[in-house]
Amino acid sequence: MRITLWINDRQQELEVTCDEFLAETLRNNGYLSVRQGCSTTSCGLCTVWMDDKPVLSCSVLSVMANGKRITTIEGVQDEARAVAGFLVGEGAEQCGFCIPGLVMTVLAMKKDLRQPTAEQIVHYLNGNLCRCSGYMGQLRGIKKYLGVE
Amino acid sequence: MRINNYVAPDNLAEAYLVLNEHNSNTVLGGCTYLRLTSKNIDTAIDLSRLGLRYIEETADAVEIGALATYRDIEVSGILQSLFSGVLPQSVMVIVGVQFRNLATVGATVYSRYGFSDLNTALLALNPEVVLYHAGRIPMALFLEQGASKDILEKVIIPKADLRASFKYLRNSSGDYAILNVAVARSRDEWKIVVGARPFRAMIAAEASKCLSGSRLQKEDIERAAKTTADELEFGTNMRSSREYRQAVCEVLVQRAIQEVIS
Ligand SMILES: Cc1cc2nc3c(=O)[nH]c(=O)nc-3n(C[C@H](O)[C@H](O)[C@H](O)COP(=O)(O)OP(=O)(O)OC[C@H]3O[C@@H](n4cnc5c(N)ncnc54)[C@H](O)[C@@H]3O)c2cc1C
Repeated sequence: MRITLWINDRQQELEVTCDEFLAETLRNNGYLSVRQGCSTTSCGLCTVWMDDKPVLSCSVLSVMANGKRITTIEGVQDEARAVAGFLVGEGAEQCGFCIPGLVMTVLAMKKDLRQPTAEQIVHYLNGNLCRCSGYMGQLRGIKKYLGVE
Repeated sequence: MRINNYVAPDNLAEAYLVLNEHNSNTVLGGCTYLRLTSKNIDTAIDLSRLGLRYIEETADAVEIGALATYRDIEVSGILQSLFSGVLPQSVMVIVGVQFRNLATVGATVYSRYGFSDLNTALLALNPEVVLYHAGRIPMALFLEQGASKDILEKVIIPKADLRASFKYLRNSSGDYAILNVAVARSRDEWKIVVGARPFRAMIAAEASKCLSGSRLQKEDIERAAKTTADELEFGTNMRSSREYRQAVCEVLVQRAIQEVIS
């Protein structure tokens, strides 16, 4: 099937199969920041925005994304660099495999919540798993990025 | 999961027709569960053109469309202010925000998942479900008997002067509940619902009745909790044993009743 996606503000006509998921489509078309982790809607690695909302691209059928705006980390590089700087500052990046998904969720949270508390930050990030950092460094970095005490 | 064809019909009649054309034709919700299956789907039916993503307040009810997502429920001003906010509370702990932006109400109710948090909270509020073919039926009856090859359009919750509470126990945040409980009181009528037993949510009829006629003293609450644990069936799975669930049930029911009367 032929679909139209607005990926990072660029209109793209793509050929996809009916059972192809968005994470696959994006990776096949060069958006390699989109990671496939669990592929069971649990880990958050494949987080992208669909019409500005964070979603798990491993569970969105590409045909269902037809006509929608998709944002990957390649489309928000300046903001992503700012978040990454705070994570690196806390030694929280480690293997880095989960970072693109985490950063997309942090940027979505910044738009979604005003002055979040530490508890709200943890709750918002519940769907982003990391198997090496132990979360505390990430949390410190994200709190600093958001200016939260 | 394999899909041969994909359609996005313009009306429910067409969606229903396609669904029933072939045994393996399947309605798509947010695909969070479908993607885990090894189903071979002939035609996948996308409902997104049918205007079913809404949460609306009418004079006497709140209507939730089948494509409303868990996140829509979580951030809905209407649902935060009505029914003591139990519906947002029941979904806000499920996986993460990216997941909740996908998982839909229609799929959850229609599939009658035993582990469901939302179904437990909903059932305490006396709702009806509207199916395209079978029409409007009480959710309690629907959870018992289910439906075959139908499409859930919406859930209708009557507005009532009601206080409610939702409780759960999980091994860890983001995991499925070991048990969940919803309790609601409208005037003198109580409803106690227990889900993730691990069987599907069910009203503890006898306990609800005994609480409705009581003076709500400590011993009445303890009796209602004990009756709930005795009258419902519990089972064992990888998350917990039957006995543990039964013991947890008493505690959660007591806590929920206390919260409603506090
Ligand atoms: C990792 C993970 C953790 C989870 N944790 C929890 C948890 O803690 N608590 C909890 O309650 N749930 C949990 N869930 C389950 C979650 O609630 C389901 O994934 C969700 O209910 C499915 O919603 P969906 O819209 O993605 O459905 P889909 O996967 O799209 O569909 C599921 C089924 O519903 C059918 N369907 C969809 N819409 C309709 C309709 N309108 N009418 C008729 N049939 C329809 C489909 O044909 C399919 O058979 C979890 C799921 C996952 C994957």
